[in-house]
Amino acid sequence: MAAKKSTKTAKPVMTDLKGQTLITLRTLKEKNPASLATYEKLGGYQQLKRLITDKVKAIDVINQVKVSGLRGRGGAGFPTGLKWSFMPRYFDGTKYLVCNTDEGEPGTFKDRDIIRYNPHQLIEGMAIAAYTLGAEVGYNYIHGEIWAEYEIFESALAEAREAGYIGKNLFGSNVNFDLYAVHGYGAYICGEETALIESIEGKKGQPRFKPPFPASYGVFGKPTNVNNTESYTSIPWILQHGGQAFADVGVAASGGSKLFSVSGHVEKPGNYEVNMGMPFTELLAMAGGVWKGRKLKAVIPGGPSTAVMHAEAILEATMDYNGLGKAGSSLGAGSMIVMDETTCMVKALKRLSYFFYEESCGQCTPCREGTGWVYRVIKRITDGEGKMEDLDLLADVSNNISGRTICALGDAAATPVLSFIKHFRPEFEYYIQHGKSMVDGK
Amino acid sequence: MLSKESIEKIEYELTKYPEDQRRAAVMSALRIVQTEKGWLSPESISDVAQYLGIPEIAALEVATFYNMYDLEPVGEHKITICTNISCMLRNSDEIVEHLQKKLGVGFNEVTKDGKFCLKEGECMGACGGAPLMSVNNTKMHEFLTVEKVDEILKELE
Amino acid sequence: MLKIEIDGKPVEVDHGTTIIDAADKLGVSIPRFCYHKKLSVAANCRMCLVEVEKFGKPLPACATPVAEGMKIFTKSKAAVEAQQSVMEFLLINHPLDCPICDQGGECDLQDIAVAYGTSGSRYTEEKRVVFNKNIGPLISTDMTRCIQCTRCVRFLKEVGGMQELGMVGRGEHAEITAYVDQSVNSELSGNIIDLCPVGALTNKPFRYSARSWELVRRPSIAPHDSLGSHIEVHVKDNKVMRVLPREKESINECWLSDRDRYSYEGLNSPDRLKVPMIKHHGEWQETDWKTALEYAAGQIKDITNEHGSDALGVLVSPNSTMEEGYLIKELANDMGCGNVDYRLRQTDFRLDGKRVGTPWMGCNIDDIEHLDRILLIGSNIRNEHPLLAQRFRKAVDNGAELNIISPLDNNPLMDIAHKIICTPNDMVNVLAQILKGMSKLQRLSLCLPPSLSELLEKIHVRPNTEVMAESLAGLGKTFNLIAPKVGIFLGNMALSAPRFTEMYSLAEAIGGVSGAKGGILPSAANSTGMHMMGVMPSATGMHARAMLEVPRKAYMLLNIEPELDCQHAALAREAMKKAECVVALTAYKSEALENADVLLPIAPFTETSGSFMSMEGRIQTFKAVVKPLGESRPAWKVIRVLANTLGLKGFDFESTDDVRTKMFEGEKPSTVARKKLNNNMKELVEIEVKIKSEGLQRIGEVPQYEADPIVRRSGPLQKTKYNIQRRARMNPEDLRMMGIVEGDAVLVKQDQGRAVLMVRSDAHVARGCVRVAASHKQTVGLGDLMGDIAIDKIPAEEQEAAKAQAMEAYS
Ligand SMILES: Cc1cc2nc3c(=O)[nH]c(=O)nc-3n(C[C@H](O)[C@H](O)[C@H](O)COP(=O)(O)O)c2cc1C
Ligand code: SF4
Ligand code: FES
Repeated sequence: MAAKKSTKTAKPVMTDLKGQTLITLRTLKEKNPASLATYEKLGGYQQLKRLITDKVKAIDVINQVKVSGLRGRGGAGFPTGLKWSFMPRYFDGTKYLVCNTDEGEPGTFKDRDIIRYNPHQLIEGMAIAAYTLGAEVGYNYIHGEIWAEYEIFESALAEAREAGYIGKNLFGSNVNFDLYAVHGYGAYICGEETALIESIEGKKGQPRFKPPFPASYGVFGKPTNVNNTESYTSIPWILQHGGQAFADVGVAASGGSKLFSVSGHVEKPGNYEVNMGMPFTELLAMAGGVWKGRKLKAVIPGGPSTAVMHAEAILEATMDYNGLGKAGSSLGAGSMIVMDETTCMVKALKRLSYFFYEESCGQCTPCREGTGWVYRVIKRITDGEGKMEDLDLLADVSNNISGRTICALGDAAATPVLSFIKHFRPEFEYYIQHGKSMVDGK
Repeated sequence: MLSKESIEKIEYELTKYPEDQRRAAVMSALRIVQTEKGWLSPESISDVAQYLGIPEIAALEVATFYNMYDLEPVGEHKITICTNISCMLRNSDEIVEHLQKKLGVGFNEVTKDGKFCLKEGECMGACGGAPLMSVNNTKMHEFLTVEKVDEILKELE
Repeated sequence: MLKIEIDGKPVEVDHGTTIIDAADKLGVSIPRFCYHKKLSVAANCRMCLVEVEKFGKPLPACATPVAEGMKIFTKSKAAVEAQQSVMEFLLINHPLDCPICDQGGECDLQDIAVAYGTSGSRYTEEKRVVFNKNIGPLISTDMTRCIQCTRCVRFLKEVGGMQELGMVGRGEHAEITAYVDQSVNSELSGNIIDLCPVGALTNKPFRYSARSWELVRRPSIAPHDSLGSHIEVHVKDNKVMRVLPREKESINECWLSDRDRYSYEGLNSPDRLKVPMIKHHGEWQETDWKTALEYAAGQIKDITNEHGSDALGVLVSPNSTMEEGYLIKELANDMGCGNVDYRLRQTDFRLDGKRVGTPWMGCNIDDIEHLDRILLIGSNIRNEHPLLAQRFRKAVDNGAELNIISPLDNNPLMDIAHKIICTPNDMVNVLAQILKGMSKLQRLSLCLPPSLSELLEKIHVRPNTEVMAESLAGLGKTFNLIAPKVGIFLGNMALSAPRFTEMYSLAEAIGGVSGAKGGILPSAANSTGMHMMGVMPSATGMHARAMLEVPRKAYMLLNIEPELDCQHAALAREAMKKAECVVALTAYKSEALENADVLLPIAPFTETSGSFMSMEGRIQTFKAVVKPLGESRPAWKVIRVLANTLGLKGFDFESTDDVRTKMFEGEKPSTVARKKLNNNMKELVEIEVKIKSEGLQRIGEVPQYEADPIVRRSGPLQKTKYNIQRRARMNPEDLRMMGIVEGDAVLVKQDQGRAVLMVRSDAHVARGCVRVAASHKQTVGLGDLMGDIAIDKIPAEEQEAAKAQAMEAYS
């Protein structure tokens, strides 16, 4: 039975505590959560049917989404309803819909569970968006490394197609929506929406300069709406219960529930769908607390492109856009990387800067040259050859990358450097002076 | 030459795109050919380019941009282990060390018997199961321990 | 119009203008690497970052469209800081080896670094090293210097029409390369050298031969096609070291074809004739000018005295200047000889005397990109006029429908709306079908002269021509019908076809019913000029073909190698052999001139002055950029002295300016051109449409790097893949029916001519045609470029020997 054991994977953790409203993982408690039958049993695809058969106006759908306070779950937190209103209404030709399941930022693994446990809600969410925005073709771009999920999604699509939820003339109307799965093959940058679009077109994933935005020039040069998996998956619930109900689940400026991917030094790493605004301490408790009973040292609350936080700061914070903003970081994609007292921040930063160096697409100068520079300087420090001036140099180089690149990877690469040095400067100084880590002595 | 099976699969991928956008299928086509042949030789890349009617260099650009394409032989089983932050915090370095010792190869090397190749991976979007590794780009193994790695290797032998 | 402010200076610009364009317009300089006005915007170098009021971060000037009231600061602290930081990033991995870099002294990076860089580097890590690539004989690479601006990639894709370079890899490992071990084959490839802002791509033949500041730059006009591209010739120690484009938006923009860029290597060829030579008892002997000229004049005089002035034939290269053409024609005419012609690659002369004026392309070069419907007849456009092809490409990118009728299905590297690939003979029928199809669609059939209408009656319009007619008529499209933008052009293969008259007349008529512009795309630098100067037979004279068919006793050759430059190589060779005296004014010694008797060394275009008239009727004058090599002299002077020696009067010109004044009788050249350029026919020529042709037809193109004596001698160009072994290329279907397989040797026969060639199966050749490229010693035994040809199988037992023979002739 060795084979069985080795296939064990992290499951989303659901404890029925108060503060959890299952929206995107609605099917989680069911036996066959990913099946069409399960989803239908829970009222799945009824919202899509209602909108189409009742010919509900696009503007009404958009308004519900606006009222819901749903903000893009891909990291930037842009209000989804507002984004939808940018799609040109009249366009002579095909409009496209794209779902971004390319999560590849360290610590982010929520969309994988949506596909594993509730793919049909994503499909319905996309179909509703397609109906609303007049898009007739959609693509879900799935991170290459999660191959099993790509296949799950392909089968879910086949089921939905068979059942008439996607395809031509939905519910006997003249609404068409052809939805396809496409896969990445190992490039973090393709999470950036225009790189993702280039990749769908069969090119290198190099971000496009914006403007023009995808809403006017997207897939194959056509108007395109891009949203994150979790964003689309929230839509059916919003339309079933009303935008206000969704808003009420969360707090001001942060409607709904949010999937937090908790990884690193916690007892029970995994995804937690919790209501926005939950205090960090509660979420940490849900995840079983800090690993091996150790002391919390730092948390990256939203993925490495968000600033690292000292334990004191995060212990006070609530998990929502404003809460984390006030505490000096941001919600990002809700990817909490928890670090306990044994973590060497210099080495952690080295690994993160290697990531951005490795993943830079290479087209724009500051990112291509700067990320390598930053990584090499940090590596020099961990090799015991650091100089005190290096810390200012690192900050300076990072500032020179930030805000001067085509896409936000440049900013993302600068954030950890700036925040790690800012919050843990003594550790860096120690490393430079002693040629070894203050934490593990190695 | 592309095999009949590969062509069938590529044709399926092509149904996803407008007719005048054959290029869009290049990522899948490269993946399909790589899966069949084990790696992407220049000939395979040319075949794909020709089949889709795009310049060879455009196919090469794609093949070299994405990590999961292998432009050199990777043996029977390619093991990609994530060493990124979440995995690192869960001691992926121990797993790496174990793998390297056990297989007797470093990163990007193939074992003498041609069975295994070890690669260092970036985030695979499954950090909840850290530490983890992927075998042949398709099979993810999570919550790795030294013992579990041994089991997996045994199965693959 | 939008009102904006740059560095405090107000300016008004159009909607959609980018900051960089607005700044350029205002003369405010913003540093840049990736941006190029002719290429798509990549915005990847980030050098052009500027501060814009109300924006928190600097914006790339090249990619940011201006908005009303925008206030832009290009030299503010924020802007300069951003620019300096980008400069620093660019330099950390760039070698600081300017002293040994070929780009040194003309390097954008060097220049901008001096202006924006800071001294001293904060980067102490190891620098990146990138392996060099071998991308062919024209461009050398030093990829460690590359700054990834992707100009070269974008140029080849967007202007060249085919992505031959790419940026492979990712992040810091991204590098520019061609596909595994391939070379860059674009006929426009040299432009990427000019585009490369650093020394990563440099001119291979020129490499290390001079530093940029040692070079004197002199303007000239490119002599290898009829565009009239503006060039800048770089000279060191009285030697041409390299050629670059001179920007001329309406002609070559800022580009140059490889032929025009690299053919200069032929100028310094060891073949150059430096002193006059006379053949004495079958042996060449060097001599002085006086002896040579007196000998030549004496011979010609003797022969004409004895056999009449008719016994002389004068063949003139269309690459010679207008002045040279004019003088040599005057010389012949003054001797009472009307046998003068420049149309060396033409067979069909039925239109002589039937046209109103000088045929030309019928519009301006830069009109082409604005066409919306195009018909190209018998043109391998990339081979004939590489830069013109690029204009057509732009038109197609803008949405124009390109229709092609040709015996060769060459890839023009642009989308073709419709094409018909058939024998030259059938092309006539196809054109008639189109005319019929269109006149029906346009309801203008009344405009057609009755004789044509009658001809068309019996024509059946087939579906594939019908769609082409519809495309040209703009059926179902909302094209402007008052000022239609249709272009119809006849290329080299039409011009040298035996039924050129039919093609021309029908194209004229199609143009008439569709309101098209267009005409011919003459092949050489001065074809149009020669026609206008009347370098053609007098009413009783013989045309180029007749002079060879009925051999003359004496010939004067201006700037040609007869068997390589004439339509019928075998005839040309025979005629020269038989002649009692051949006087060749030539810049080169040559196997092809073995049958001459006097060689008079003349100066190529770089060593003389004169004018070319381009396909669009532009008369462009140029001056010598270096002194004539050795004893060689400008041809106009040689002709002048020869005329004097012959005792002719009125040749005492002091300069080419003098000649020109005489040529145009004091009028402004452009005025004369305007009056004379005219494609219309005075009267309809009797033509036939329905002619069945039996047997195979030869398609004998002249490969682009064989077009004239100079380019034939350019080493680097001859090393490109365009220098191919001559083969008999045929459609696989035809080969199958004849039982011949690729790689077989066959006997190719034309008239009395024979050649043993290998066979290549080529689906791009029309059925019923054999493509045998011309202008090579392998094929000098053959006949007409376009005409009947026969293929004989060689028995299996003789194959080996035959193949060896074919190979030997090639090497
Ligand atoms: C470097 C980079 C990586 C990104 N990765 C992801 C990603 O993995 N998933 C995602 O949904 N959005 C990602 N984004 C954000 C997307 O560009 C885009 O904003 C998002 O998909 C929009 O969807 P939303 O509005 O629903 O969040 C990334 C952005 C950047 C700059
Ligand atoms: S910031 Fe980096 S990843 Fe983004 S476009 Fe520039 S080089 Fe590519
Ligand atoms: S010139 Fe604007 S980014 Fe390169």
